[in-house]
Formats: sequence, C-alpha cells, structure tokens
Amino acid sequence: MSTLLKVENLSVGMRGSTGVVVPVLENLSFAVEAGRTMALVGESGCGKSMTALAIMRLLPEDFVVTSGRILLEGEDILSASPKRMRSLRGNGISMIFQEPMTALNPLFTVGDQIGEVLRWHSGVGLAEAEQQAIALLRAVQIPAPEQRVKAYPHQLSGGMRQRVMIAMALAGRPKLLIADEPTTALDVTVQAQIFDLLADLQKETKTAIVLITHDLGAVAELADDISVLYAGRCIESGDADSVVSHPCHPYTRGLLDCVPQLKLGPRPPQAWSDLAEIAGMVPPLGARGPDCAFLARCREASELCRSRLQPALEPITDDHAVSCWRKSELAA
Amino acid sequence: MTTLQAAAPPDSSEFVLNVNDLVVHFEAGRKRPLQAPSFVHAVDGVSFRVRRGTSFGIVGESGSGKSTTAQAIMRLVPATSGQIVFGERNILDLTGKGLREVRKHLQIVFQDPFSALNPRRRAGEQIREPLDLLGIGTPGERDERVRRLLAEVGLPPNAANLFPHQFSGGQRQRLCIARALAPEPDLIVCDEAVSALDVAIQAQILNLLKRLQRERQLTYIFISHDLGVIQQFCDEIAVMYLGKIVEQAPAATIFAEPRHPYTWSLIAAAAPPGPTREALKQHYLVKGDPPSPVDPPPGCRFAQRCPSAVDQCRKSLPLQESIGTNHYVACHRAAELLPPSFDG
Ligand SMILES: Nc1ncnc2c1ncn2[C@@H]1O[C@H](COP(=O)(O)OP(=O)(O)OP(=O)(O)O)[C@@H](O)[C@H]1O
Ligand SMILES: Nc1ncnc2c1ncn2[C@@H]1O[C@H](COP(=O)(O)OP(=O)(O)O)[C@@H](O)[C@H]1O
Ligand code: SF4
Ligand code: SF4
Ligand SMILES: [Mg+2]
Ligand SMILES: [Mg+2]
Repeated sequence: MSTLLKVENLSVGMRGSTGVVVPVLENLSFAVEAGRTMALVGESGCGKSMTALAIMRLLPEDFVVTSGRILLEGEDILSASPKRMRSLRGNGISMIFQEPMTALNPLFTVGDQIGEVLRWHSGVGLAEAEQQAIALLRAVQIPAPEQRVKAYPHQLSGGMRQRVMIAMALAGRPKLLIADEPTTALDVTVQAQIFDLLADLQKETKTAIVLITHDLGAVAELADDISVLYAGRCIESGDADSVVSHPCHPYTRGLLDCVPQLKLGPRPPQAWSDLAEIAGMVPPLGARGPDCAFLARCREASELCRSRLQPALEPITDDHAVSCWRKSELAA
Repeated sequence: MTTLQAAAPPDSSEFVLNVNDLVVHFEAGRKRPLQAPSFVHAVDGVSFRVRRGTSFGIVGESGSGKSTTAQAIMRLVPATSGQIVFGERNILDLTGKGLREVRKHLQIVFQDPFSALNPRRRAGEQIREPLDLLGIGTPGERDERVRRLLAEVGLPPNAANLFPHQFSGGQRQRLCIARALAPEPDLIVCDEAVSALDVAIQAQILNLLKRLQRERQLTYIFISHDLGVIQQFCDEIAVMYLGKIVEQAPAATIFAEPRHPYTWSLIAAAAPPGPTREALKQHYLVKGDPPSPVDPPPGCRFAQRCPSAVDQCRKSLPLQESIGTNHYVACHRAAELLPPSFDG
C-alpha cells in the first residue's frame, strides 16, 4: 500500500494581539495509507480540528503553519497555489465537518448540494448530476432517495443529515476523507450504521480516512492506527489494537478508563462506584510549558518528569510509540 | 391502558413520579385543504413510575419521544392526554400558584449548556433567577445559597461574576446543574446532559450528579443514548421507540435478559468489541430509519424493521405486560422469542 497522506513535524501557531505566536500544534507526524483509517483522538481543545483544518488549508485567520510539511501523494500541499488547493478540495480531499447543520446550506435541497459537487468535479449536466446524487444517497442508505433528493436539510433527521454529508464528501471521489467527530451527536444505532457505511465504502474506493473523535473506545474497531493528541502534541500512537489493549501513556489510559463500558449478561446489581476521572483540564493556548504537557494532571508524574522537557515520541514496540519519561516502567 | 398499574399498587411514598398513559401529539398540518390535520405522535401512551432517590433512564433512537416526555413532565409542552402524578397531584391539572409550587421541586438540565444559559447575564444572577422567580428566601439568603451552590458543583467563588462564554463546556454544564439545584428540587430531569461533553468531562459530571444524589436524596430521570452510561448510572431503564415504551426493567435485568427485539438492536449496536458483538450485530441490528411519527400505522411500531414480525404485529398494537420483577415488555411474541446469548 502506498502512503497517501504524510504529515511531517507539523506545527501550527496562533498569532496573538501582541504579535506573539503561541503554539497550537507541535511537531505532529503521522501517515495514512490508501484504504486505511487513522483515528485522531483527544479531549476537546487538544487540536484535533486544527489538524484537520491545517490539512484542508482552511485554518482560521490568525492561525499559521509555523513548520513542517503535509504531503498528499508526495505533493507538498502547504506550498500548493490557491487554485490547486481548490481543485484538491474537490477531487483529492474531502471533509465531513463536526456540525452537519452548519455545513449544509439550508436554502438548497440535498440534491442541489450534492449535484453541485458532482458538476464541479466531473462536469456532468444537471439531469445526470441528479441521477448520480440519487445513487450516492442510496449508497449511504438513505431510504427513498428519489424523494429525499428534493428535501431541504431541516426536513431530515440528524442521522440522515450526517449521511448526506458523507454522500457529499464522497461525491468528489476523494483519496482522503477527513471526518471530524462524525457521530458524536448521533445515537448508537445510527453511529454503528455510519461506521459500517464508512468501512464498506472504504473497501470499494480505497479511500484513506482520518477519523477524529474524543471517544477512543468507539473507534477502536474502525481504525487501523491511532494517534492520541494532548495539548497539541502527539503523546501516543501506533497500531489501533495495540494502543487500545495496551495503552501506555497515562493520558490514553485515563481516556479509556473514564468511559463506562457496557457489560452484557447476568451480573449482580451494583451500587454506583465513581468513574475514573482525569482531574483538571487541557491547558488553554499560551499556558503550555516546555515540560510534559500532561504533567499537571498526571497521576504517575515523578520528580524526573518535573525536571525535564517534553519527552520525545519514541517507540516501545515496532508498531507503538509513546511520549512519556516513565514509558518503560508503565509499559511493563 | 397498560397493565402497568395493575401489576403493583403504587405506594405513594416509594414513587416520586407516576406517569400514566401520557400522550403528546403535535399538529403537523394537513395533507390537503379541508382534510383533517395530521399529527406527530411524539409520545403515544407512555406509563412509568420513578422511585424516590433512584435514577430512571430513558433510551431510544433519535425522535423516539424522550425529550418530549421530559418536556411534558416539566410542562414545557402541553400534554394531549394522560396524567403525571407528582406527590399527590396530577401536575397536568395545575395552574398559577399550584404550578409554581410544583416547579420548585422539578428541574431540568439540557444537552447544550450554552443555549440553555442567557449569554448576557452573569453566572450568579442565573443561578439566583429561579430563587427570585419562585420567591425563595430573603435576598441575603439567596446570595448565600448561590455561593454555596457554586462550591457544591465545583466552580470557584469568582465564577458568580463571569458570563457563560467565559466558561468551558464542562463548567457551563456545572453552572446549569447549580441553577437546577437552586430551588432544592426533589426530581431533576437530565436530557442528554452529558452527551455534548467529551469523555473526560462526562465522567466528572456523572460523578458530580451521583454525589449530589447521595447528599440530597435526589431522583433523576436520565435521558441518554449511551448504553454504557445508562447501565452504570441508572437503577431502572425504559426503552422508547416511536412514542412508546417497548421495554422497561431494572438495569441488571435489561442487559442480562432483554426481551424486546428493538432492545436487542440497541444492545447489538453498542456491544463492546469482540466476537459477541459481531454475532449480535449480525443477528439483531436492524437497518434503516424508524418510520414517520406522523399518523403512524396500526400495529407494533417496530413491525416494519423487526426481523421477528408476523402478521399479527402489523394489525394490532402490543400492550406492555409484566414478564418478571419490575420487567415489562410490549411485544406479541415476547413469550416465545428467546433473548440473545451474550457468551459469544
Ligand atoms: N414542537 C414540535 N412540533 C412538531 N413535532 C415535534 C415537536 N417537538 C418534537 N416533535 C417530534 O416529536 C418526535 C419526538 O421528538 P423528541 O424530541 O421527543 O425525540 P427524542 O427522543 O428526544 O430524540 P433525540 O434523541 O434526537 O433527542 C419527533 O418526531 C419530533 O420530530
Ligand atoms: N477560532 C479560534 N480562536 C482562538 N482559539 C481557537 C479557535 N479555534 C480553536 N481554538 C483553540 O485551539 C485549540 C485547539 O482547538 P481544536 O483544534 O478546535 O480542538 P479539538 O478539535 O481537539 O476540540 C484549543 O485550545 C482551542 O480553544
Ligand atoms: S512524562 Fe511524567 S508527567 Fe508526563 S505523562 Fe509521563 S509520567 Fe506523566
Ligand atoms: S410485536 Fe411483532 S413486530 Fe413488534 S417487536 Fe414484537 S415481534 Fe417484532
Ligand atoms: Mg473539534
Ligand atoms: Mg432529545
């Protein structure tokens, strides 16, 4: 398999009012191969959406890439012209945004919006675009697509809107699909359907997927690889099974522990026992020191951690890397 | 009427809330002029009872009527028919002073803490507002209570002077909880109160809610689509589908011996990864969307998607029947269909 997306030492900063640039993302590196899925995981405010927007070259004003490269099939998209970027966003990369209602235009029908992408992408006429839009709606399992193609976004349920977003994202036959929390707002049955749908479509199209989420357990099945972000830094990455079944960084462990897992089968009624918490919160921009970003919240922190800088992301096995001074003790 | 009340005579001290055949219909316009209007059957004959000091969970697909049930209890939407008995009174009959009195004891926390707060008023004023409106305590006592509440939900004292946008999502939800606690309610409805929060903050808020429940003997109606959370948090659970409760049981029962095909589908979708999950998905996860809640056809609401549906299901509506201790199910075939095996 060929590497489709390669992010190398990407750093993004925010220019404050005084002209100082504060770090938002620091030294991120990851790669996604065609037909594979990588999950970017972390609490809100860790920089997941910023990573996605940097790849799309859609960073908000005041946010700048301060170093690194983003290679799409070897082409450095950070130096691509605006014209080239527009063409890539139509053909090469698509994104499903966190909030489907804000990403769909309420004034146009679903068919108009998918059709526009199709016409732009492959230059088909109006009638042909509608036929293809219906086929896409059918592919994402929207019932009665011939009628739904004429519906406005507000006439659809949340799950259907999210599927329309996926249909739109697929209309340009992207090589890379970035899905920013595509199911956070949806209920479990719809979430399971959407994950299955993404996996099925991926098998056919060999699309590389970057899946963004705060719920590590939820994506374990769908992802091939996982990168855990904390305060703009990648603190653990590797093969999905390995990261989920042998998490090593205290933050990754915390993320897995604070989610109550559904337990099936007979068990005695139990009194409530408090869920594990990760005390405190993600440090805001500008409040991140040079030492381990997780230090203030870490239960495993030792004197050693306090006297050193942010640890490098280093391998603990062939397919698993961790950024923690105590990784060898914790992995044991 | 369901067999729910027949099953056990209510003991007025044990149950805080008794919802009886609640119906909420919304007018959905007319298909043609002069024709009778259509109705959205958002809640269509729902009955349940909530035990004092416990958490009663409601799960179900989007649009199944969970929030509408919650809002009818809060009198935020008008009920079409039915009874909601709180204490000794049917709160659907109350007006004016009686309604204000009951409102002190019933509070709600919503999913989106931002839109639930007034962006232009300081946090302290917003917590104080229900006290002012309901005329609780002297002005000095109200200030004191606001200070105590902030501490109780884990916000710093200076939070009183801040505006909602100056808080993080998790802090805003703490603020909403403080506001709900202000009039010292008996029952708080949490409508997806942790669904918009990330997993770390969700754990903090759930722990906070449980601590408050212990300290204040609070009763919760807890709406969520996360079965893992519901299982841990709730004592009893009702599963809703298209305006109806299809199954209701203690938490320990419903995840061990679920008896309704829709409950099976929900569980299959949420089962923890592994071979059991694959087998459950294969056999029990249903596809597609629920049918429209506008003028639903007769018969079982789940019949269109149910793999076990037979002719009778499409003709007559199954009623809720007792099939075990506090376990009720509404399915014609409940007696013959075996629950899934969870051992892989
Ligand atoms: N004010 C209203 N007017 C018309 N229809 C409504 C109104 N409020 C709710 N509905 C409809 O009633 C049904 C039940 O809605 P409700 O909000 O109770 O669902 P829910 O179970 O809370 O779903 P979710 O999980 O998406 O929050 C839906 O079909 C909805 O579209
Ligand atoms: N428009 C913005 N202006 C200023 N700060 C922002 C803006 N958008 C995001 N941030 C900050 O950038 C950091 C990363 O945000 P984001 O990538 O959105 O996080 P995530 O998607 O992981 O929740 C956070 O500290 C967030 O508060
Ligand atoms: S380096 Fe130290 S403080 Fe940082 S995560 Fe590892 S143990 Fe915790
Ligand atoms: S009544 Fe029939 S259609 Fe309804 S859940 Fe039972 S078997 Fe399925
Ligand atoms: Mg985000
Ligand atoms: Mg709702």
